[in-house]
Amino acid sequence: MKTAVIVFPGSNCDRDLAVAFEQATGQAPHMVWHQETSLPDGIDLIGVPGGFSYGDYLRSGAMAAQSPVMRAVSDAAADGRYVLGICNGFQVLTESGLLPGALMRNAGISFVCRDVKLTVANTQSAFTNLYDAGEEISIPVAHHDGNYFADIATLDRLEGEGRVAFRYAEEVNGSARNIAGILNEGGNVLGMMPHPERCSEDAHGRLDGKRIFDALAKSA
Amino acid sequence: MKARVTITLKNGVLDPQGKAIHHALEVLGFGGVNDVRAGKMIELDLADGTTDAEIEDMCRKLLANTVIENFRIERI
Repeated sequence: MKTAVIVFPGSNCDRDLAVAFEQATGQAPHMVWHQETSLPDGIDLIGVPGGFSYGDYLRSGAMAAQSPVMRAVSDAAADGRYVLGICNGFQVLTESGLLPGALMRNAGISFVCRDVKLTVANTQSAFTNLYDAGEEISIPVAHHDGNYFADIATLDRLEGEGRVAFRYAEEVNGSARNIAGILNEGGNVLGMMPHPERCSEDAHGRLDGKRIFDALAKSA
Repeated sequence: MKARVTITLKNGVLDPQGKAIHHALEVLGFGGVNDVRAGKMIELDLADGTTDAEIEDMCRKLLANTVIENFRIERI
């Protein structure tokens, strides 16, 4: 499986994500700078990493969503390639229209940086099929703008179509219906605020995030 | 030619920043503040002849996120 990690000015989880991809697939990902207009041939999985792209100017993810490489990422997503957006990457995916809704300032104003409990709401997707139905896991979050918002019709549709991948099992940031991660209509794009790449090897102390990368590695 | 774009959160969208400002005003002893909503203002210096439709396009594509925000354009 060939993978790529997009790097924006201000990304800071790109190398952690690269390590997680390499451990799962046995192959180092291509690191793709935001000004590239195309992706290397044959990429199966694209990671949009966490961080503070463009210093969070205007809105978190808003500037990155307009960068040249995101057109190539959108084309790849339309072509059925897997796209995983984590934290700022999730914000970039909503701002670019690859996922519905928006991520707003946390309801409690504070930056939240701690382990949070999640329930896996969809265990059928290519990202989550190594988890058990309703399983509770713990993955760290580190964000200021993680408060998921969408209109009621969109929320109902996401839930009705099984596109909520993860929910917070505790109060974290005021997200609508405790949504922590969602899938696109085709099930090949996942955006999530928690950081699975921060709990995916023994030295991290917990492996709850690793199964996302392992699931993707076996699906292509 | 200049235009001013005012971006505000849509009605019904929770505004934690506005709430914090409201609380701070109360702490300072300002009574009678019913609600506070925070937004942003962007001033554009534009080439003569830029049309309203073009400015609106800028707002929809970048300046505002219409999932959560409204925008208002004024020429100044």
